Amino acid sequence: MPNMSLKKVPMPEQDPNVRNKNFEEVALGYTEEMAIEEAKRCLNCKHKPCVSGCPVNVQIPEFISLIAQGKFEEAYDKILETNSLPAVCGRVCPQETQCEQKCVRGIKGEPVAIGRLERFAADWAIKNSERTFEKVPSNGKKVAIIGSGPAGLSCAGDLVKLGYEVTIFEAFHLAGGVLVYGIPEFRLPKSLVQKEINVLLKQGVKIHTNMVIGKVLTIDELFEEGFDAVFIGSGAGLPSFMNIPGENLNGVYSANEFLTRINLMKAYKKDAETPIMRGNSIAVVGGGNVAMDAARCAKRLGAETVYIIYRRSEAEMPARLEEIHHAKEEGIIFKLLTNPTRILGDDKGWVKGIECVDMELGEPDASGRRRPIAKEGSEHVIDVDTVIIAIGTSPNPLIRSTTPDLATNKWGCIVADEQTGQTSKEGVFAGGDAVTGAATVILAMGAGKKAAKAIDEYIKSKK
Amino acid sequence: MYKIVRKEVLNPQVKLFEIEAPYVARKAEPGQFIILRIDEDGERVPFTIADYDREKGTVTIIFQEVGATTIRLGQMNEGDYLADFAGPLGVASHFEGVKKAAVIGGGLGVAIAYPQAKKLHGMGVEVDFIAGFRNKDIIILEKEMAAVSDRLFITTDDGSNGNKGFVSDVLKKLLDEGNKYDVVIAIGPPIMMKVVSEVTRPYGIKTIVSLNPIMVDGTGMCGGCRVTVGGKIKFACVDGPDFDGHQVDFDELIRRLSLYKKDEQASIERHKCRLEGRTNA
Repeated sequence: MPNMSLKKVPMPEQDPNVRNKNFEEVALGYTEEMAIEEAKRCLNCKHKPCVSGCPVNVQIPEFISLIAQGKFEEAYDKILETNSLPAVCGRVCPQETQCEQKCVRGIKGEPVAIGRLERFAADWAIKNSERTFEKVPSNGKKVAIIGSGPAGLSCAGDLVKLGYEVTIFEAFHLAGGVLVYGIPEFRLPKSLVQKEINVLLKQGVKIHTNMVIGKVLTIDELFEEGFDAVFIGSGAGLPSFMNIPGENLNGVYSANEFLTRINLMKAYKKDAETPIMRGNSIAVVGGGNVAMDAARCAKRLGAETVYIIYRRSEAEMPARLEEIHHAKEEGIIFKLLTNPTRILGDDKGWVKGIECVDMELGEPDASGRRRPIAKEGSEHVIDVDTVIIAIGTSPNPLIRSTTPDLATNKWGCIVADEQTGQTSKEGVFAGGDAVTGAATVILAMGAGKKAAKAIDEYIKSKK
Repeated sequence: MYKIVRKEVLNPQVKLFEIEAPYVARKAEPGQFIILRIDEDGERVPFTIADYDREKGTVTIIFQEVGATTIRLGQMNEGDYLADFAGPLGVASHFEGVKKAAVIGGGLGVAIAYPQAKKLHGMGVEVDFIAGFRNKDIIILEKEMAAVSDRLFITTDDGSNGNKGFVSDVLKKLLDEGNKYDVVIAIGPPIMMKVVSEVTRPYGIKTIVSLNPIMVDGTGMCGGCRVTVGGKIKFACVDGPDFDGHQVDFDELIRRLSLYKKDEQASIERHKCRLEGRTNA
């Protein structure tokens, strides 16, 4: 008999006033008992609407039913068949707009907690089983993957299972891309990212760090080195700024820099060699997940007051509801319908405030969201000593500037077929933020997966 | 891991490392830089490429011990390994059509100006090399500079080498004497590059400066290295580090370079404590 409770088994969490002072994980994860209880809420629908909502096609009812039977390791294996990063996805996927949105149980009550169960299965396997992975025999074909973020890792995971010799080239000293430099420890522990990458290494994927493709090797040189196909998953690039006065004052960070210092370079640890400014009053400009991450990190570094400044209302915020909720619980102050007009500095050039105007919402714009319009004469100053700009990024120029036959659009994003990732250059595929501009981990993983299939077909067709 | 194959002490604070990094060596050009980390806990620090040997597969950096990382680096020796060494980063310098150039280095900037002079000299360009140091005891690369220039002028702030003055004074004199340059390349402390750019501005001589803002990743991701050039935000790591000296907002650069002065000092103190076996009281 299924568990007919209308609500998900609640997720244990650290208390907001404790966790906003540490970098440990916020959500603590289900126990075995909780997982089995929640798994029993799944109706095992024959037509599996949830699976159609998953960009990487996880066989959701199957793995949940294995959890319900207490077969945790088998559940993990089932997920791993189609998803190379279950512990990551179970934490950072927006399930509410994907698998869980399609769940039949959600029609009346809450959907099955698919994300929490995925996380449980992955965590259980990482903790309880010393696994070996059999390498699929090589088919003699080599694929180069540029970037070891979610798109590249997911593409690599699928290709290595098909027998390809996969080499990932990573520009940084550490693999993981946004999973290690962008998403904070308290949402996604870096040791888990490392463990999921280790699974790929055990399966035969090679990772070369410190290799800045476009500089140290061009795409053409990768083909000369014997690669049969190339996948570009180089991710989002340079931070965008607002082009308002004062953005280069001391104390203005891009979210990329702020988060990289904290996450990749561990600047939150006391004796880290990489420094970070620990402001007392901080304004984060933007309304996405990155803005929430930056605000919550700033709070954890000891800031008394942290504002989110966003020009539309909460309904238009691109951040996940869960992140907004967590940020509010932790004491982040939301200044909505507020838009910065300039950043003010003291006589030494350090930030001392941010001038904003009030906004109201007009008619919907091209994005379908109501256009914010400034209210005249509503200028006011918020006293802050640090400003973090989290309004998006533009793609990294290193690859496009050294690959003249790779088509990009007017924003600099690589042009790639939505279904296959095929670019304008033969044998070159692309996916993730490098193609779409800043999006989610799971969409990048989905793109990596589609490209893996297309690369397999492309290489086979050349024989 | 990247092996240090040669270490030279150029003066008590300035050291030269030749590092095995074959992929970087294959592509390195004057004007570009690398990012290195000493070990797993190290910070990412950019260093301009001072020289490279494609056949040996090595890249040379020259650095001054100013912060915790460079002090720690200075204690490493031949045969030791660096954890990370990524590059070549940044846009290489371009010298097409140049017939006569003035290459100017200030202090450690000489180490970065040198490969530019070497490249120009190799292309058959007439090179006047102007190098400035605080005093004669810290003069570096004198032989090397002489080998790649038609005329070499070395000045010291205190006159201890018998030639007192700033590099900008020498340049001004050369210009006043009627020397015509297609390009002036100035590399050194921001204030020196600013002054040199002001000297050349009235003459309308193209002036290239190499900027050294604070960076984290160095690959076009963090945006920390932004500088204002011609009123627009540019990123030194992917748009530079070479820029038109007449367009650069040097005052902003100088201010932004002071961002972590306090942290840097604290970090040096911590490091000294570890070195000397002191515990923090």
